[in-house]
Amino acid sequence: MSGATAIGQPNATAIVFFLLFVALTLVITWWAARHTHTTEDFFAAGRRISGRQNGFALAGDYMSAASFLGIAGLVASSGFDGLIYSTGWLVGWPVLLFLIAEPLRNLGRFTATDVVSFRLRQRPVRIAAAFGSLAVIALYLIAQMVGAGNLIRLMFGVSYETAVLIVGAVMLAYVLFGGMIATTWVQIVKAALLLGGAALLALLVLLKFGLNPLRLFAAAAAQYGDGVLAPGRLISNPWDAFSLGVALMFGTAGLPHILMRFYTVPDARAARESVFWATGLIGFFYLLTFVLGFGAMVLVGRDAILAVDRGGNMAAPLLAEVLGGTGLLGLIAAVAFATILAVVAGLTLSGAAALSHDLWVHVVRRGDASRSEQLLVARAATVLLGAVAITLGLIFKGQNVAFMVGLAFALAASGMFPALVLAIFWRGLTTAGAVAAIVCGTAAAGILIWGSPTIQIDVLGAPGAWFPLRNPALLSMPLAFAVAIVVSLLRPEPAARAGFEAKLRRMILGSD
Amino acid sequence: MNLTQVTRRRWRVALLLSSVVIVVYFSFILFIAFDPATIGRHVAPGLSLGILLGALVILVAWLTTWVYVRWANRHFDRHVQRLRAGGSRP
Repeated sequence: MSGATAIGQPNATAIVFFLLFVALTLVITWWAARHTHTTEDFFAAGRRISGRQNGFALAGDYMSAASFLGIAGLVASSGFDGLIYSTGWLVGWPVLLFLIAEPLRNLGRFTATDVVSFRLRQRPVRIAAAFGSLAVIALYLIAQMVGAGNLIRLMFGVSYETAVLIVGAVMLAYVLFGGMIATTWVQIVKAALLLGGAALLALLVLLKFGLNPLRLFAAAAAQYGDGVLAPGRLISNPWDAFSLGVALMFGTAGLPHILMRFYTVPDARAARESVFWATGLIGFFYLLTFVLGFGAMVLVGRDAILAVDRGGNMAAPLLAEVLGGTGLLGLIAAVAFATILAVVAGLTLSGAAALSHDLWVHVVRRGDASRSEQLLVARAATVLLGAVAITLGLIFKGQNVAFMVGLAFALAASGMFPALVLAIFWRGLTTAGAVAAIVCGTAAAGILIWGSPTIQIDVLGAPGAWFPLRNPALLSMPLAFAVAIVVSLLRPEPAARAGFEAKLRRMILGSD
Repeated sequence: MNLTQVTRRRWRVALLLSSVVIVVYFSFILFIAFDPATIGRHVAPGLSLGILLGALVILVAWLTTWVYVRWANRHFDRHVQRLRAGGSRP
């Protein structure tokens, strides 16, 4: 089968579908550009997105190529293990809904940093939180750009560099001209395409098994042994599994590009409804990828999948080819490309918000910048981030970056998440405490992952690692909470404590 | 109810539902981590205990979100609206 695949050759269907997607999204961008006049439009889509629309857009932001191609590939190569990631990535959403979404919407304007710095001294908190967010965004961007380069080279046959440049240029067009309005609608279109494509594939798989997933799983177990329905290589150390779970569950509630989306809706009720939709869609999507992974394992064959790409990332495209020929392969390839484009656009916009809204307007200008200056700086920051994204994509060519999404979740769970939770719930949090949480959490996560087997053994080729866990969140997240609490208790900040009542009022009731 | 009571009720619901999700998910993960053999046992042809529990975790995530949104839309929002209208009268 591996000799017969059309993967890696220019595929007419894929190119036509992809050009159609780009044309449609550029029309959306042109329309969005005509409605983008203020920073409110640029960063928050004028706060006119409905709850359901934002739910689709959140799902679009979250369902990256890593979750579509990566999870399907992980399931195809090791079966059950993929479900550990899927459930972890989903259970962060209810927690985000119960604890963060509504206070975030009521307290902030554009970024989660607005909420952390509320009632505290602006500049130190803004600087720490903006750099914490930018670190998460950079890691996520590297993973997406390198993934984009590799996948597009594999699927369309263009060079790695061309692929990175195409993704960078198209994404920049969306964000620079259409801001959040264009980005939101690109996410919605992408989410619909991705869910539609995955559902179609899953249906075609299940039709071969009498529409009964259990018969599919049984076929996989008959072919590859019962081990594919049980935990496998992913869980080598029980504490590793626990630590990964912590990062996946609490990292979601600290991702800047996800948190930013809550400002696009008119009120807290719409923010709440958007998470309801997003949780439904994302959960459904992970169930589909589970079926796709097992479908690929049985119908394409493990060896054929690993022969095309050792990471298994081509499981879903290969499955599409087996089920529907090059036509369906082209459709799925185009959907995967669109997926990467949309996620990169969301990341870039959230990075631009950290640079211009948090650092320029609130730190450099101390909150005093004209509306036109704000919009200009926002666009300049977008161009800068687009250039950074392309550069990172080119620098990390050929590197093993699979761990970077996991690391981004660990940083988010250890930096932004503790600071946000304490800022929302704890009267006693001080400026120094918030800064300490973000700095210590982010630094600890970074240092521990440096010492982990992921970097020391897999990337650097050292014989051993001085930190045993592949994911540091189990240690770095509690550390961030502890440091913030101790620092805040040691030196109370009466002004911050006094501001808590007003904050509470606004957090519950909306505007003052 | 006044603002403090509404707030307290809201956090109680939020913490209760969060603990349900956290306990369910980490029980699943720790079960996998410390007893993979049991997780791999088949409860039906093609269905291992692990797959069944994983699907249940997804179901719990859906159910708790639904419960929360229903509660907040029906009860919490009513109190918030009353408080915003100006009265914190009982």
